[in-house]
Amino acid sequence: MKPRHKRTAMIVGALATIAIAAYFVLNAFQSNLVFFFTPSQVGAGEAPQNRAFRVGGMVKEGSVTRNNLTVSFVVTDTLKEVPVTYTGILPDLFREGKGVVAQGQLGDDGKFTASEVLAKHDENYMPPEAQHALDQAEIEKTSQSLK
Amino acid sequence: MIPELGHFALILAMLVAAVFGTLSLAGGQQGKAEWIALARPGAQVLWLLVGFSFVCLAYSFYSNDFSVLYVVQHSNSQLPDIYRIAAVWGGHEGSLLLWLLMLCTWMMAVSLFSSQLPDAMVSRVLGVLALIAVGFLMFMLFTSSPFERLVEIPVDGRDLNPLLQDPGLVFHPPMLYMGYVGMSIPFAFSIAALLNGRLDAAWARWTRPWATAAWICLTIGIAMGSWWAYYELGWGGWWFWDPVENASFLPWLVGTALMHSLAVTEKRGLFRSWTIMLSLIAFSLSLLGTFLVRSGVLTSVHAFATDPKRGVFILLFLAVVVGSSLILFAARQGKVRSGGSFALVSRETFLLVNNVLLTTAAAAVLLGTLYPLIIDALNLGKLSVGPPYFNAVFAPIMTPVLFFMVVGSYARWKNDTVADLTKKLRPIAIVSVLLGCTAPLLAGEWSALVAMGLTLAIWIVLASAVQIYRQLKDTVNWKSTPVSYWGMHAAHIGIAICVVGITMVKGYETEKDVRMTFGDTVEVGGYTFRLTGIEEVPGPNYKADRGSVELIKGDRVLRVLHPEKRTYFSSTMPMTEAAIDTRFTRDVYVSLGEKLEGEGKPAWAMRVYHKPFIAWIWVGCLFMAFGGALAALDKRYRKKAAAKVSATDMKGATA
Repeated sequence: MKPRHKRTAMIVGALATIAIAAYFVLNAFQSNLVFFFTPSQVGAGEAPQNRAFRVGGMVKEGSVTRNNLTVSFVVTDTLKEVPVTYTGILPDLFREGKGVVAQGQLGDDGKFTASEVLAKHDENYMPPEAQHALDQAEIEKTSQSLK
Repeated sequence: MIPELGHFALILAMLVAAVFGTLSLAGGQQGKAEWIALARPGAQVLWLLVGFSFVCLAYSFYSNDFSVLYVVQHSNSQLPDIYRIAAVWGGHEGSLLLWLLMLCTWMMAVSLFSSQLPDAMVSRVLGVLALIAVGFLMFMLFTSSPFERLVEIPVDGRDLNPLLQDPGLVFHPPMLYMGYVGMSIPFAFSIAALLNGRLDAAWARWTRPWATAAWICLTIGIAMGSWWAYYELGWGGWWFWDPVENASFLPWLVGTALMHSLAVTEKRGLFRSWTIMLSLIAFSLSLLGTFLVRSGVLTSVHAFATDPKRGVFILLFLAVVVGSSLILFAARQGKVRSGGSFALVSRETFLLVNNVLLTTAAAAVLLGTLYPLIIDALNLGKLSVGPPYFNAVFAPIMTPVLFFMVVGSYARWKNDTVADLTKKLRPIAIVSVLLGCTAPLLAGEWSALVAMGLTLAIWIVLASAVQIYRQLKDTVNWKSTPVSYWGMHAAHIGIAICVVGITMVKGYETEKDVRMTFGDTVEVGGYTFRLTGIEEVPGPNYKADRGSVELIKGDRVLRVLHPEKRTYFSSTMPMTEAAIDTRFTRDVYVSLGEKLEGEGKPAWAMRVYHKPFIAWIWVGCLFMAFGGALAALDKRYRKKAAAKVSATDMKGATA
């Protein structure tokens, strides 16, 4: 092969590799995006029914009940609430009145079944997503009281 | 007084770095011998100043000086001595100081082990590094000084996050930072080469051991972080595709590509622009990682700071470094373009293919890491990209890498033929497919993914074994084989060991969450676990509920495991301490959940895992690091010292 042809072949090969890789990447990317919704958004029906998403806010005081390994609790942003059930071991810092983010699916009955409850790593640290939910609710409240 | 001295040393360090950095860069460019002569002593003075400042902070921690804000935030008088010292890098300000100390340590090393390099080159390299140090010193002094004092002195500190109270904190951050920051060395060499306009085989030979050394530290640092997360976080995972993990993995991927590309540049004088580009990217990714971790944009064990000023500063710094180096690259790239040619089937081609694949993998990981942050920054909503994405993308890209790795090491430089390669590799391929496909049958359930993983691992090990055998048999005096040859094989076998670990864990791990009272048993992975008791035991700064769990195989009690649930006095924060029994081919892992209210006997939530071959993952990383060490210590990187005088007269003769 002439050097020029060789060069062309190499470039074509490299481009083909990148194209295949890009296909894999974007395909997997599309199907694995997990969106976050605040309890208010879930209440307004904005969250998808048959796709996993995340919901976050505060664990409502007094809402935690346990039945063996299944835990039920309520996630609230002070405006709306989402009931959540989770089977398994909760992270160490899961507490009533503290921030929480849960990932899972919303059932037809409006109950959220979590496959994962995300841990915070520091007792004073609020998950940014949970903080976001509370902030949004705060903005909503102020704008309503102004009306 | 001590903290003020530390602060003062940092200010002095900034001045020293700014002055000697500028002078040695300018001196290197204009050939001013008296300015060039400043470079080595300058780096050494800088190291002393930053080291002194670091010791001051460590002393403040050791002596429980709670007038220092940073000490209050991250320490406590009950904290054991060793963690009081390690707490120096337990938070944002201190870890920046550690970053800086590592940078200065690398500079010190360059100033000491560079006698075979031309002085002007060393001067440019140290100048670039000094200017990076100035950036970080400014960052520390203006936004995050660890030496800030409090007017009202509290009685005690707020304590170190219990998750960090572990030997892991003593070793993992310094090692990882050493690797992170080490990527600045090939970066500085590249900038120096671009400024100089000369990039030849000699340049590659100087740069290679430094790039490899940084890569070794990064490898060990990442492996230790993974192991720490595995035993400390209490949910048995060893890699979470957490953005912070990705931040350290990105420079590793690009660094791996860089090492191999440098090999081609040294041996064949090719891929020069590509090598330069990779070294720029590797360091940019290190900076990006620092930004991600330090700016507080992430939820993570590692995220401490949430001061937006800091994030903006690092982002600006990142923009300046990346922007200016890319401009320089664009301007000078023509001067360093490669000559020479190679055939389509040749070692160069296979190395290039793997380089492209590793970079593609890095790009894919980068996409998954940054996309949520960008969407959030643009206020388009909140989302996350989960581990399934990374797994789905990473495995298919790395599979051909593992395949071509072997082909590349068999192919000849410059020109080879498909027929020759096939002849050499066919028996190895057949044996590894046979073994790889039957091995999963022994483990029980056959699965295509496991078969493929094991086939690739066996492919790599067999190929290395055959090459080593040939080398020993055919070479008249095998002792004359360069050490780096053994290094390459050790590292490649390390990859194979790691692949076995990952494949087996992914394919055959089992876990159970159960509710247990005393006397209950649960069966996982062929082992029986019996909870025999839970008692309260005191620790130095915590109290713990300590479980006793018998690990039973057949009728025999192998050992008693003691998982703990700790409550730390200072923060009342609970912490799970898992109990792990590690054997050659498996780990069993027990962690204690919360106490469950129930009728009658007290019950506990427990999580039990069986993880086949998991230790192989980290052992493989150690092999890789060991191989890297052999390669970096090869004597051809050192022997030029004596010949230097004559070599400078015949510039480019070695190219």
